[in-house]
Amino acid sequence: MNLAYHMATGGGGDDRPRLPGSLHLNRRLGQWLRFHAEGRVTIRPGKVELGQGILTALAQIAAEELDVALARVAVAPAATPDSPNEAVTSGSLSVQECGMALRHACAAARAIHLSVAAQRTGVPIEAIRVEDGAFLGPRGEAVGSYWAQADEALLDCEAPPDARPKPAAARRVAGTSAPRLDLPDKVFGAARFVHDLRLPGMLHARVVRPPSRGARLLAVGEGALPGDARLVRDGSFLAVLAAEEHVAEAAAARLAARATWEERDTLPEEAALADWLRTAPAEEGVVAERGEAPPALAHRVRAAFLRPYLAHASLAPSCAVARWEGEALEVWTHSQGIYNLRTDLSKTLRLPPERITVRHREGAGCYGHNGADDVALDAALAARAAPGRPVRLLWSRADELAWAPLSPATLVEVEAGLDAAGSLASWRMEIAGNGHSSRPGRAQEPTLLAASHLAEPFAVPPAINPPLAAGGGAQRNAVPLYRVPHLRIGLRRITEMPLRTSALRGLGALVNVWAIESVMDGLAALAGADPLEFRLRHLDDPRAAEVLRRACAMAGWAGRARAEGTGMGLGLARYKGSGAWCAVVAEIAAEAAVRATRLWIAADVGEAINPDGVANQIEGGAIHATSIALKEAVRFDRRRVTTESWESYPILRFSEVPAVEVHLVPRPEEPPLGAGEAALGPTIAAIAAAIHDALGVRPRALPFTPEAIAAA
Amino acid sequence: MVAFTLNGRAAAVELPEAVPLLAALRGPLGLSGPRYGCGAERCGACMVLVENRPAYACTLPLGAAAGKAVRTVEGLGGPEAPHPLQTAFLAEQAGQCGYCLSGILVSAAALLEANPAPDEAAVRAALEPHLCRCGSHNRILRAVLRAAAAMREGRGGAP
Ligand code: FES
Ligand code: FES
Repeated sequence: MNLAYHMATGGGGDDRPRLPGSLHLNRRLGQWLRFHAEGRVTIRPGKVELGQGILTALAQIAAEELDVALARVAVAPAATPDSPNEAVTSGSLSVQECGMALRHACAAARAIHLSVAAQRTGVPIEAIRVEDGAFLGPRGEAVGSYWAQADEALLDCEAPPDARPKPAAARRVAGTSAPRLDLPDKVFGAARFVHDLRLPGMLHARVVRPPSRGARLLAVGEGALPGDARLVRDGSFLAVLAAEEHVAEAAAARLAARATWEERDTLPEEAALADWLRTAPAEEGVVAERGEAPPALAHRVRAAFLRPYLAHASLAPSCAVARWEGEALEVWTHSQGIYNLRTDLSKTLRLPPERITVRHREGAGCYGHNGADDVALDAALAARAAPGRPVRLLWSRADELAWAPLSPATLVEVEAGLDAAGSLASWRMEIAGNGHSSRPGRAQEPTLLAASHLAEPFAVPPAINPPLAAGGGAQRNAVPLYRVPHLRIGLRRITEMPLRTSALRGLGALVNVWAIESVMDGLAALAGADPLEFRLRHLDDPRAAEVLRRACAMAGWAGRARAEGTGMGLGLARYKGSGAWCAVVAEIAAEAAVRATRLWIAADVGEAINPDGVANQIEGGAIHATSIALKEAVRFDRRRVTTESWESYPILRFSEVPAVEVHLVPRPEEPPLGAGEAALGPTIAAIAAAIHDALGVRPRALPFTPEAIAAA
Repeated sequence: MVAFTLNGRAAAVELPEAVPLLAALRGPLGLSGPRYGCGAERCGACMVLVENRPAYACTLPLGAAAGKAVRTVEGLGGPEAPHPLQTAFLAEQAGQCGYCLSGILVSAAALLEANPAPDEAAVRAALEPHLCRCGSHNRILRAVLRAAAAMREGRGGAP
């Protein structure tokens, strides 16, 4: 998904001294930061703002190590070819990969600058302190500053491996809840999103999407288009261009009515989704296997868990601006990975990567591999018809919900049992579904949507699952964190891909954590144990036990009272097995439908660079998960996705949002871990458990609608 | 040509009357606050105030705004003179991507103009037309209540 993916798939294995995070593969200091004579420093992370607040955390890290006021730190938007190549902003890894690189780079930059000042003034380097960028000698005399030395090529070198960032106890900026740098623009309605980009001479474009998957454009009827609109066609890719946006919009509608397509059935029967997941052609594998099957089990739980396809459902439709200048292309995009996007644009357009400049601009909240990359290709294809003119292409709401990559439907079947002493003895689990990554820049063929619609089309490679060492996809969080002597986790990755699937917040953890926690509750009941006590008995990881105890204490788990029609449940996971620990207690009210009323969450993310930012991400993840648990499902017939509006793909609204309380276990000495995805699996699990507590049934299919609960 | 008052100033646009108000605001009028989310009155990203009442700019025909007073998030306040709601949203760090905030802020402003002392249920009800995919809802509710209290006390919503 990111650097971790690169390393896990064989990249980065070299003899060079190990440098932290992305610095290892982007070793020049000057690529990461630059000082300016007027008293400012620009940092240039390769990770991008997705609404998660990463820019603020990164600026805090830089301000801390450099000892400059936060207000002096500017963050340059990522762009090829100058930004460090940090692959993809995903997997809750930005602080680990980018933050730790910047921390080291800034510590190194500081040491280099101080040694120059020391040499020039004869003041020993240990006697110099830095105060908001000014270098002061033992008597408080000025001996230099970053700003005075800014013009010199001091950072034009490789990062030394021996830079020494500050110890945790000395930090004053990192670890505080600095207000977000991007939020003022957003409460004042400033032009900060790629959607707001207005370049001189800019045209507007819209795509006329095929009516169904696999549809082929046969003909476009003759006829006038509104205003100055003109059409662009390449195979089954059809778009319109106009000077004014409303004209492009009207032209697209007119053209759609005039286009003739050849359509066919390509999608599985939705009502038989579980059968398709069990029987579709697949590559079979083993995720983890240990121990011997015990000869006898005292108690056993068998259950199957089905989750539907899910949409990203970002608040804004995807958008991009593209401009051709001769044989060179410039693209403004909210992609999560500007270099990977460049790779696939290069393959699709048969243009060398050096001819393509990709510039990041913020989009609306991004929760994974959505339409951002696809729309960049759409814009490039449309703009090819208007050389020299910037072209802004905006997707429709229907495209955003139905044509962006989807998170794959999955079936998880578990059989687990206890020995006579009531201890977990055996755990077998089978996961079936499409892969969770179709990210650009990784496969032989480009994975951008329109690449398969061109007159010379590219085949669509089926989604893969990244290796477990990089966090995995379908197998993410498939290995329970509970002690169990015999374990076997199998994985069927389906190799036909009727609906394009890729990464959405949490990936396989959404269903795996729910399945594991539900089975744990079932086993606890068979053992006559409380769910909390039963889990603690099987945990060897003290940080997991701690978040679980905390969440339960916050919720008053031990003394909880049973009230008619309400229930409480808990869920626990360590995200990816290597990330943040998170425990959730959910309270629900079972009315006409289930409503989540309260969530109590305890999380351990190691060092929190910005505790309020972490809490914001955890809360947001928990509400996202509540929406997934109670409402969301992509629906389809044999040809098309039918959930293409907010009516047919509803998400949680204000009236349905639970109160959320978050506690972070303070761990300033521990390495930082990402927070954005940690709460999702445990929240779904906790809601499912609370439904059982209220109604006595364990839901077996997401979302937990009255119909799904009735069928359980 | 359609003329109306935009954020207290006279504005006029040369666009067909049937075009959505949002196209005029984001197009010739050069605003970025009102945002496009669905074009179908289902997300609230485009919300503006017409005669002090929330209206979906994505579907309201430009002609329907003729002669009326239109307010957008830009009209609530700016960095130099923020509206108490904007100050409170910053104080509560109420937002993540922030794409939903322009619409939510104008709906909240209309609520507080009509009801200076709403309870949480009233704020939720007023914001029901708005989606926030990032899950910033609880912070947003707190921020609106904070701004209401500040306005009642004649303060600006700062901590
Ligand atoms: S854009 Fe107007 S309600 Fe969604
Ligand atoms: S903050 Fe992203 S949609 Fe509300």
